[in-house]
Amino acid sequence: MSERIDEHTDPMQYTDDMEAIDSDLMEKVIAEMESFDPDQYTEKDVRAALDGDTCSVEDFKALLSPAAMPFLEEIAQKAQMETRKHFGNSVMIFTPLYIANYCENYCIYCGFNCHNKIKRAKLTAEEIEREMKTISDSGLEEILILTGESPKMSDVGYIGEACKIARKYFKVVGLEVYPMDSKDYAYLHECGADFVTVFQETYNSEKYKTLHLGGRKRIFPYRFNAQERAIMGGIRGVGFAALLGLDDFRKDALATGMHAYLLQRKYPHAEIAFSCPRLRPIINNDKINPKDVHEPQLLQIICAYRIFMPFASITISSRECARFRDNIVQIAATKISAGVNVGIGGHTGEEKGDEQFEIDDGRTVDEIYHMIQKNGMQPVMTDYIYV
Amino acid sequence: MTAKMEGGFGMIINGEKQTLIEPVSLDVFLKREGYQKNRIAVERNGEIVPKSEYETVIVTDSDLLEIVTFVGGG
Amino acid sequence: MKQDKLVIGGHTFDSRFILGSGKYSVDLIKAAIENAGAQMITLALRRTNTKDAANIMDYIPEGITLLPNTSGARNAEEAVRIARLAREVGCGDFVKIEVIHDSKYLLPDNYETIKATEILAKEGFIVMPYMYPDLNAARDLVNAGAASIMPLGSPIGSNKGICTKDFIQILIDEIDLPIIVDAGIGKPSQACEAMEMGAAAVMANTAIATAGDIPAMAEAFKKAIEAGRSAYLAGLGRVIDKGASASSPLTGFLQD
Repeated sequence: MSERIDEHTDPMQYTDDMEAIDSDLMEKVIAEMESFDPDQYTEKDVRAALDGDTCSVEDFKALLSPAAMPFLEEIAQKAQMETRKHFGNSVMIFTPLYIANYCENYCIYCGFNCHNKIKRAKLTAEEIEREMKTISDSGLEEILILTGESPKMSDVGYIGEACKIARKYFKVVGLEVYPMDSKDYAYLHECGADFVTVFQETYNSEKYKTLHLGGRKRIFPYRFNAQERAIMGGIRGVGFAALLGLDDFRKDALATGMHAYLLQRKYPHAEIAFSCPRLRPIINNDKINPKDVHEPQLLQIICAYRIFMPFASITISSRECARFRDNIVQIAATKISAGVNVGIGGHTGEEKGDEQFEIDDGRTVDEIYHMIQKNGMQPVMTDYIYV
Repeated sequence: MTAKMEGGFGMIINGEKQTLIEPVSLDVFLKREGYQKNRIAVERNGEIVPKSEYETVIVTDSDLLEIVTFVGGG
Repeated sequence: MKQDKLVIGGHTFDSRFILGSGKYSVDLIKAAIENAGAQMITLALRRTNTKDAANIMDYIPEGITLLPNTSGARNAEEAVRIARLAREVGCGDFVKIEVIHDSKYLLPDNYETIKATEILAKEGFIVMPYMYPDLNAARDLVNAGAASIMPLGSPIGSNKGICTKDFIQILIDEIDLPIIVDAGIGKPSQACEAMEMGAAAVMANTAIATAGDIPAMAEAFKKAIEAGRSAYLAGLGRVIDKGASASSPLTGFLQD
């Protein structure tokens, strides 16, 4: 049985039941983040980053700095050029499916947190199948399976069953669930999972421990190394994100980029994806708002990710409004969710459980598909075969 | 390498036949032949002989020796 | 200014010019090394007989690091044998692996080179493999324990310059070891170009050996390599290769 983790637990120490891998990525990312002083960069550094053929780590830092703000138009132009080079006009469409919202973590900003009084539920295998069939009927071929973070209520076997069902209806299966050991990732890969996304939320471990007061998520390094364990388990691609607005968003964006960059250098075959969530209001706490991360800053970060890692997939969340999403997929994002319902079981009727956060863009798959076409882009349901 | 298998008497140094009247230590042999020890490496019957063993290794009339040194190269 | 050193296998060098010693008279070696400011020189291993009047080692100044190559090796096994013999001569642990079984183009065999690198690195050699600039092979060489990577600019002795530029740039960008451009560098301007790209060093031989005045050309290379390095460290300036900014603004949609 796993030990109890509360606000007194050292967040930097693995607990005995966690797989500790031999990796220096975390040290490197933290060192890079700590030495990053966004205010030290000047117009000249940004100019150099825009003019170069390749984007160095220093260039990436310059693009994330406040000095880059006056260059936003040019940065967007460059990001768009990079996106076109690597992705052409295609935009991938997918939808998330929340199969359970039980959670053992106490993250003070999250609607699923274990102390928040919300309706908890988990879908049965039949319900998962019904939801997936409905989603598949809308034409989607890629699904992202999500759970709250409860290894007890949503164990690896349960998630594995969901993957097997998903494999019947979809060509690409992504997971956004709690971090686990590499052997568990290997099992889920066997069950059909292709991609694993884990949000680090913030890379500032001091801030991290004040936001994550209980549950396995409190253990910072175990979460940090989830993507590497997933790759070790045979998962094809991994996603990274900081929840922008929790801490200094420029430093968090830098760390997110470095995390992906160093992992890709170590595992050159790994496919890389970024998500760019901003804080959203949650049930019972509508005062939470993105801090400092306004639309121009969000655009800046997304474009910096694109220029730094031009081949990476970038997902734009339904947390953002339709106007922002419609524009960003023409510039730098390559993946957009559609027909989103973040509650438990909302695709086929009555929701069994409450949602994690409030979405802004509730358009259907058809609506998103036609929006993309109308803007001269090509909507793509899948470009990949499971191997 | 075939030269040795033919079984003829006589040692072969860098592909050329040479006669050795009686077995001697490699150290003595190299000095006698005029090699500078710190400029060469020696392979005896396919095995490198470490410099520390030159005095104890005995070469005989059936040995195959390769003696190499540095030349210009890019 | 920060000290700018080249570090290979834990050894530190001020010079970024690795000089080849082939194809010219030993009498000129000392002058060439001095004018080149080189701290590392490559050598080959051959059968010797006592009738050889001059031994090249007698012409190389003290303190110069010797980098024996495995020229003549046609596969990993032969390269390993030559490397071991070279070390036994007594010149340190450095070795430049080159495995070639193509007598027309003299292109290196990356696969055999990786095998030899792995064996020799385990035996404590500081392995500097010469290779065709292929990213996957370079990664394999890193994993095999190489201390640097030496991609070719163009075929050995061709003096054609960096025909493989884009691929060498990929190695420079992706590999965390010193990338040393080897082979094909025919003029100081080409050596300079390699250094501007971010190469850690340049190795040249034929270009110097076939020059009218060998020591003078060695010096010209030295200056070009230093200039290229300085330019790289300074950060190259802006090149405008397209018109001003694009037509309609992309950021007009922003609110908030």
